[in-house]
This record gives sequence, structure tokens and C-alpha cells, in this order.
Amino acid sequence: MSMRNTTMRYGTLAGLALAVFATSLSAAEPLPGIQPRSQAPTLGTPMSADDITAWNLTIFPDGRGLPPGHGTPDQGGTLFAAHCERCHGVEGRGATADELVGPPTPPTDADPNKSIGSYWPYATTIFDFIRRNKPPETSGSLSNDEIYSLTAYLLAANKIIGTQDVIDAKSLAQVKMPNRDGFVRIDAP
Amino acid sequence: MAASLNADDLQAVAGGGLLHRRLLLKSGLAMATALAAPTVAQSAGPDAPPVLPENPSSPSWLHQPGKPFSSYGSPSRFENRVIRSIGANRDLPGNGVSWTPLESLEGIITPSSLHFERHHNGVPDIDPAQHRLAIHGDVSAPQMFTIDNLLRYPMRTQTLVIECGGNSNAGWHYEPIQRSVGAFHGLVSCSEWTGVPLAILLDQVGVDPKASWVIAEGGDAAIMNVSIPLAKLMDDAIVALYQNGERIRPENGYPLRLIVPGWEGVVNVKWLRRLHITTEPAMARNETSKYTELLPTGKARMFTFVMDAKSLITSPSPGQKMHGANIYEIKGLAWSGRGRIAKVEVSADGGRSWAEALLQDPILPRCFTRFRAAWNWDGKPAILKSRATDETGYVQPERDVLVAERGRNGYFHYNAIVAWGIDEDGAVRHVYA
Repeated sequence: MSMRNTTMRYGTLAGLALAVFATSLSAAEPLPGIQPRSQAPTLGTPMSADDITAWNLTIFPDGRGLPPGHGTPDQGGTLFAAHCERCHGVEGRGATADELVGPPTPPTDADPNKSIGSYWPYATTIFDFIRRNKPPETSGSLSNDEIYSLTAYLLAANKIIGTQDVIDAKSLAQVKMPNRDGFVRIDAP
Repeated sequence: MAASLNADDLQAVAGGGLLHRRLLLKSGLAMATALAAPTVAQSAGPDAPPVLPENPSSPSWLHQPGKPFSSYGSPSRFENRVIRSIGANRDLPGNGVSWTPLESLEGIITPSSLHFERHHNGVPDIDPAQHRLAIHGDVSAPQMFTIDNLLRYPMRTQTLVIECGGNSNAGWHYEPIQRSVGAFHGLVSCSEWTGVPLAILLDQVGVDPKASWVIAEGGDAAIMNVSIPLAKLMDDAIVALYQNGERIRPENGYPLRLIVPGWEGVVNVKWLRRLHITTEPAMARNETSKYTELLPTGKARMFTFVMDAKSLITSPSPGQKMHGANIYEIKGLAWSGRGRIAKVEVSADGGRSWAEALLQDPILPRCFTRFRAAWNWDGKPAILKSRATDETGYVQPERDVLVAERGRNGYFHYNAIVAWGIDEDGAVRHVYA
């Protein structure tokens, strides 16, 4: 079935909100007819700019979406030992969870290292993933400064930045990962 | 009336004694099937129901009232071994997988309770009254929807496979793994999904014509996110509320799951809470560090969304046993993320010759298709394989072909032909052949 045909078929349904015979609705409530798309009623409620700010967690590879704050590898090392080492191993060398630290050279078939330094194409992904998921027992508990610090620690441990470098929204977006160009898109433009 | 076999029926159509699929259409033909070989743990486990001797002509259940009605049913206690097998991180029990026991199931629908799972940080306990779906980004009218709102939109039902991109990854190993077919290939399940075509909601928020990507986000404690091309979501995605006729189970995404037909499991985002319409992907962890496949060249395949055609024989399969020379029914499952299954062939001689299997109706796009074949096993060692072809003409590859093309370090998207070795005792092992 072609994409165009399917979209057109949905198009005839677009905006048709049906009453369902739920207990909260009268069975006698009239069903709305099919309406032109431009007049289609929506059952959603508008999101305000504040709503969007509260909901939007997306961070793009160019740094859009990164919050204010900053951190250093030293500060991050202390946090890593406290929160991450148990599963990711001493200095991120791997344990029950993934190895995070490895040589900052692109992986090869003979040395298929998929650590951050070897494999990850964008540094912004580190901040994003920590903010969403870490530490898993109390996700959401780290401050932005703490997340920047952990990001700085992992970048320094992978020898992507220096041990004294400060990571913030601007500097993180400027980090170029060694494997940035290591990917080929298959089913996407 | 029992069918009688004639000489033509028993004329093999491929090596090793594979018979023509028309044999399966004869009414009343009884065939042998491989049976589960009970393990010590299974036959003497603490959960095993007590076995009371009964006279089958007059068993005790003919003479006493049964149990009263139940408000929600559950399987017979005698089926308590048909369960998902679980593999989780011992330090973080909510991070891992559970596999569907494919070897124990028939037909094409996976019971909701046995649908495979992949969670990153446990199963959230979401109150539907307090859950919202936010759609924003490059749109003219960003909106939030409640579950009650979504239940009032026109819906569509589709029976679909969801397969984890990491399913069958033990196939890349140097040695064939010895596990049941479910614990090897069971990160795939098939359900009937019902919900609102996403195109309707996208139409209502007014998507900017320059938008091309959607970042979908789930409401678990990993706030898992993944980027998906907008064109696919406009084409056939469903914001699903129902699975197999009832509201989606918590471990499958309650109260709302994004269903992206034919595409790898991770983009079928569970506990869907946010769709961010954009012009580029987020390059999230699960589309960069994971769900990408490193090739021998050192480059990695990225955004490998479509699950290519695959098939496997569920009976006989490892852990089951053949009981002597006889005519056996071979049964299995085939599916393709690109559409319908066009053909499944079965080999009993390691792929030197093939016989076409019978495809059982219904044959639906991106859905399990059940196949069956008749096999006159002579009791000698044999190697069984199945090979799927989908309606686009794509043919499931042999393992050596896939490994030559992809190397061994891709981890995801393993769909090679699966081989089971049968020995003279009827034991079934996974082999590379």
C-alpha cells in the first residue's frame, strides 16, 4: 500500500471525534457527522509556552535544549564513584552494566569497542541519557551541575577533553566525538 | 472419516523425506509431533500440580461441582510451565528482557501475558486519569490529550508483530547457543492492537510542512526517547489503547503505546507521553550507542528500523524430542516488517533441497504467519531449516551470508536461517549448517 493512499484514507477520518457509549455519555447524544478537515474539532487542550518548557526534555546534538549549569571531571569522578561504579565498574570499565570508557579511536571489526570514547557520535547524548535515567534507583535526583560534572568526567576518562576542562551548555555542544562520522543511515533520510 | 494415504502422498518432494504440503489438507490425517522433553526440574518442581490417578472413563470431575465463576480468568494450573523466561541485570532487576515461549504456543496470537518485554527501568504504575500525551514542536497548535479524549477518536485495529531489534542476537555467537526457541528468538510477539491512527492527531496539531522527524518519549523512569521519521508515522502508526481486545497490559505500555508497524521494537514506545515534531533526530542513546550495527568496515548502520523477513521452526525445536521414525508435522512462524509472507520453504537436508510449506490463513502484513509441513522422518540424523520470502521478494539469508555481509559485532537485526540438528535418538540441537 502506498504511503500516499494511506495518508489520504486517514485524511477522510481526520478530526472525526466520535462519542462512545461509555457510562459517562448518554446513548442519545448525537454523533457528529464527518466534517471538513479545516473545521475538525480537536479533543486536545492547547499547550502554553510554559507547558512546553515544563514537558520538553529534548536535547539536540547542536546543544539546543541543554540547561544552564556547569561541571568538571573532578566533581564528576566523586559522583561516579558514589552512583555509577557499582554497575559500570571502577573508572567505567564495565561490570553488570555497559563499559563506558575506552580508547578514543573508532571501533574496528578486530576491536569492536562500543564505549563512549570509541563509539558514541555525540557528546550531548551523555548529558541527555544521564538526566533521563541516572541513577536508575532515583532517576531525576541529580542537579544540572551534577549531570554536567558526570558528563565531564566521562569525556575526560575517555580522553576527549582535558582533566581541568569545564563542561557547560556551550562547551558540551562544541565537543566533537572521535566517531562522529562512523554511522550510515539505512531507513531514514 | 480418516484419510487414507496413497503412494503419491508419501513421495518425498525434497531431500530427507519432506512431503508435499497438500498432505496437510487431507482431513483426519494424524501426524506425530515432537514433544517437550521434561527436565528434572520440570518433572519434580515444587510448583508441579499433584498427580492423582483418575479413571479416564469416569474421572472425578464428572462427579463434583466445578469451581465458581471467576471475574478474570487465568490458565489451567497444569499449564504453569508456559511462562516467559527472564534475563535481567542482577543489580537492577527492572532492566532486562523477558522472552516469549514460542515453542509452547500455537496459532499466531501471543497471549498478552506472554508478550515479550524489554524494560530499561521497570514497569511504571500509571494512573490513566493523570497521564497526558503532549504533541508539540514544529506545529501550529501544540496540544495535550487525556486518555479519555483519545478514547473518543475513531480507532483502527491491526494484528502486528513487534520484534526487538536485538532479538536472536545469540546467532552472532561463534558457537550455536543451546536454548529453547523462545529463549533464543522470543523477543518477538504478535498482538491485535487497537487505537487512534496517529495521522489524525498530527493533522489536528498542524504539522509544519518542513518537519521530518518525531521524537517519541515514554513515561517510565528511564524517560526513554527515540527519533522516528515523520513520514512513517503519518503513514500507518497507531496510538494504541487496546491489546488483544482489552486495555494494554502495564508491561506492554499501559495506558498508551506507539505502534509503528513492521519497525523494530524500540520505536514502538511504551507508556507514550510526548511526541516532539522536529526537523532532525535527537541522537538519543537508543539510536546511537544502541540499535546501531557495527560493520566490518568500522562504520555502523544507523536508523535500521525495518525488521526483515524471518522464520523459524517451533516444532521440532531444541528441548523437544522426536520419538522414532514416523510422519511428523513441522510447524513454525514467519513474519516480515515489509509486508506479507509470500512463501516459506522447509529443508530436511541442511538446505540442499527445499519443500514449500503450507501457509495457514490469515496471512496478514507485518504479522505472524503460521506455516506447517509434513515430514516422513526415517529416524536418521537430519538438519531442518526454514526460509521465508516476503511479498517484496526479499529472501531470508543463510547465516554465512549474513555474517559475511554484517560481520559479528552488529548485535542487532539478526534474521538468518535457523538450523536444528536431529540425531538418531530424536534429540534436537541448534546447529550452524
